[in-house]
Amino acid sequence: METRELICIGCPLGCPLTVRIDGEKVEVSGNTCKRGEDYAHKEVLSPTRIVTSSVHVKGGELEMVSVKTKEDIPKGKIFEIMEEIKNTSVDAPVVIGDVIIDNCAGTGIPVIATKNVDRA
Amino acid sequence: MKEWNFDAVIIGGGVTGCAVARELSRYELRTALVEREEDVCSGTSKANSAIVHAGHDAVPGSVKARFNVEGNRMMGELSKDLDFEFERNGSLILCFAEEDRPALQELYDKGVKNGVPELKIITGDEARAMEPNVSDAVVAALYAPTGGIVCPFGLTIALAENACDNGVEFIFNEEVKKVVRTEKGYDLETENGVIHTAYVINAAGVYADQIHNMVSERKLHITPRKGDYCLLDKEAGNHVKHTIFQLPGKLGKGILVTPTIHGNLLTGPTAKNIQDKEATATTAEELAEIMEKGSVSVKNVPFRQVITSFSGLRAHEDGDDFIVGEAEDAPGFFDAAGIESPGLTSAPAIGVYLAEEVAKRAGAAKKTEWNKKRQGFVRPEKMTKEERAALIKERPEYGTIICRCEGVSEGEIMDAINRTLGAVSLDGIKRRVRQGMGRCQAGFCTPRTMEILARERGMEMEDICKNAPGSHMLTGQK
Amino acid sequence: MEKHDIVIIGGGPAGLAAAVAARKAGIEDILILERDGCLGGILNQCIHNGFGLHTFKEELTGPEYAARYIDMVAEEKIPYKLNTMVIDINKEKEVTVINREDGLTTIQAKAIILAMGCRERPRGALNIPGYRPAGIYSAGTAQRLMNIEGFCVGKEAVILGSGDIGLIMARRMTLEGAKVKVVAELMPYSGGLKRNIVQCLDDYGIPLKLSHTVVNIEGKERVTGITIAQVGPDRKPIPGTEEHYTCDTLLLSVGLIPENELSRSIGIHMSRITSGPEVNDQLETSSEGVFACGNVLHVHDLVDYVSEEAALAGTNAAAYVQAGGEKENRHVVELKAENGVRYTVPHTLDVNHMQDKVTVRFRVADVYKDRYITVYYDGVQVSKKKKKVLAPGEMEQVILKKDSFGEYPDLKNIVICTEVE
Repeated sequence: METRELICIGCPLGCPLTVRIDGEKVEVSGNTCKRGEDYAHKEVLSPTRIVTSSVHVKGGELEMVSVKTKEDIPKGKIFEIMEEIKNTSVDAPVVIGDVIIDNCAGTGIPVIATKNVDRA
Repeated sequence: MKEWNFDAVIIGGGVTGCAVARELSRYELRTALVEREEDVCSGTSKANSAIVHAGHDAVPGSVKARFNVEGNRMMGELSKDLDFEFERNGSLILCFAEEDRPALQELYDKGVKNGVPELKIITGDEARAMEPNVSDAVVAALYAPTGGIVCPFGLTIALAENACDNGVEFIFNEEVKKVVRTEKGYDLETENGVIHTAYVINAAGVYADQIHNMVSERKLHITPRKGDYCLLDKEAGNHVKHTIFQLPGKLGKGILVTPTIHGNLLTGPTAKNIQDKEATATTAEELAEIMEKGSVSVKNVPFRQVITSFSGLRAHEDGDDFIVGEAEDAPGFFDAAGIESPGLTSAPAIGVYLAEEVAKRAGAAKKTEWNKKRQGFVRPEKMTKEERAALIKERPEYGTIICRCEGVSEGEIMDAINRTLGAVSLDGIKRRVRQGMGRCQAGFCTPRTMEILARERGMEMEDICKNAPGSHMLTGQK
Repeated sequence: MEKHDIVIIGGGPAGLAAAVAARKAGIEDILILERDGCLGGILNQCIHNGFGLHTFKEELTGPEYAARYIDMVAEEKIPYKLNTMVIDINKEKEVTVINREDGLTTIQAKAIILAMGCRERPRGALNIPGYRPAGIYSAGTAQRLMNIEGFCVGKEAVILGSGDIGLIMARRMTLEGAKVKVVAELMPYSGGLKRNIVQCLDDYGIPLKLSHTVVNIEGKERVTGITIAQVGPDRKPIPGTEEHYTCDTLLLSVGLIPENELSRSIGIHMSRITSGPEVNDQLETSSEGVFACGNVLHVHDLVDYVSEEAALAGTNAAAYVQAGGEKENRHVVELKAENGVRYTVPHTLDVNHMQDKVTVRFRVADVYKDRYITVYYDGVQVSKKKKKVLAPGEMEQVILKKDSFGEYPDLKNIVICTEVE
């Protein structure tokens, strides 16, 4: 059995979590909400993160449009996804939620726009 | 290899070099100024007390005394001709102990001998009546009403622009590595070429000894004397109205406290002799010394409101005086060396003197047409609301504020870039129109200013430098 | 002269939320003045996620959070002016503005809401010794250059200050291929949110050195190196603890300062602790009809609280415009921050005119473990709440209910403090 101390990143509260891991069985304490429990499970079994960045826009009123992975992706894929994001550009207009990369780094999760950018 | 030919070449684009350039531009000479940095006012002239000294400090009969008093006298009219900011706010030299009174009297006597007008010794209470924040320990003070404050960038840049408008060529990013005597005069060798000239004016600041020693056997030795300063927020700008000096005494060379021409409060300098002519780094010890010693003369200096600190090097020559004039063993080679304090004050007078000397030597006549006036910056801040509204109607770029702290508009920044000898770097813009000089120290306005500079100069954002080549702001596209 | 019921200075999260709330409270004539080229303020460059859990019950990025409010402003058809700088306000509530289109004009307001936000403390405010080369950025400036303009500001960085922007930028630069060598923090604790230490530093193996500061900056043209040193309890560097880092960039995340130049120009009473105006429970400043909200009032940790506070300012400004005139029968009580509580917002409370509930926000002076937040009315303890951890980086709050004052008709003061037991 293994015990790990984590800080929940589910919200800005940052609850200190204690996780007891016994094989597949994971027991969480210190959390103040369900998010904390979910986070602890994921963090000890297969940690994930949301990746945010920005992408060049062609013909837009702004140079860049901000983007994010629509859902959290495996932590180990972060730099692979960043590489794809760096090699991507989009044409204006862009609307929040527009898919910028449909399946990033083979995760099946899209990268979507988080800002509206009109044509110049 | 580039090759240039001139009659007279000034080495160094500090205040002294620019003053010489401006005065030389009166004459029928092909004149150039060569500067190693990307802009004028990039060395000692940019980092000093910004004081126009009355002239009581210098030893009577010294070169310093002569040019200080003359320069002070010239400054008022010059500021009108060249449209830079200058004010005679008066200065007080504080005496903290009865036993130092003779030294104060001595200072007064020196001033009188040097021809400083209106000097007066006043009591401690009189000083405190003039300046409520002056220390309770002050027993007497020397009041010099002709002391003033000036924008050192404004003065230097105005001199340079006026020189340029009157035909002087400015060569930037060229460091003079070698000076060689030739049949017709001198060759100034730079990294990229050679400048042939009949006459040289050496205004190379802390490097003036090296330049001089290349052609003269009467060696000079300049020690860079480093001085750190703290600049305080404009909210602290009214803490004193006069320039407050300490009587040089047992406390050593004192730290001054003064308002700046733009309404900040400035304290410093420290004085530390160093070897490295490039070492303009502030140190924790000296910054602490400023706070400690500044508080000796003025009560409750709000050091919490420091917005920046900086350091400058004074070019101190071993002989402890300015060296101004033709080198005895190098005909046609003129020095303006050892120009430490009161160099800013003295520069206009040194310029007149050296230009006359060079012209005499060259037998050059005065130009029939020479414009003594230089048009300064449009300063919306100084306008009435009506004037400002009218300006924006005509020039909408004056309606977009880029630097919030100093209220600098896009129009002013464009003017700084596009005028005679316009800015090519962010610091160049800052020194011309004060963008980024305020309390946020360019936090908000840096990206916008970079965009304007890139647009107006047709350059890439990645090529924008803070000042000299190599001082890149960005390391590439994302 | 152009006239409006409510003029809001600032179109960031505070200004937008205030505008929407004022409209919902029935004010037709509102004008938002924004100095930048778009609404949303600093949120536009905060492209990371973590916003909106309280307000929208989902986790949004900064631009998404801003867009929600921008959409509300559009739906309510609230007018705004962009690229418009307020250069002066006066006690008569005349607002002098400047922009390209209108030039310099004066607008008469019935109520003003100050929502100008804050700025970053620069290097100079810390008096860090050394050279002054290119490559020294406040974290927010670097953030704008990267996220909005699309440029890299450096390849190898040291970050001073562990405020949230510093932590976020440590990750951001790392993701863009730069090497962040260390984050140094003067205090013995981080100024940022705990989760940002986990997901911005720990995730990428970036060391955080507490009780450390920058003691030298090297480089003539561009930064070439930074020296940091450990500091003692007096926050002064300890000789012999210096460590040198080769780098081309120094990012500073050393605190935010409310931007109150305009507030000061009309003589509003300011708090020395927050550097923001002192306000009553209506979020009204000492200048009647001038309200304040968001980071211009006090620096917040979460934008959600900014929105909540700003909505209150908007509602109250609306009520002020609708009612007009002085309130009668005031019973103003001062809130006192004691024993580890640094300040409170609001600063005073009018027991007779307050809303049913008033949220009092504050920050603590140090990191405390297992402490109580206690409230006293005239020396009588009225509430006590245990907190496992209290930290200066995170805002705390207590809620005061109007009906709790029923038993205190002559109430003179309210004390909010921390207690060990």
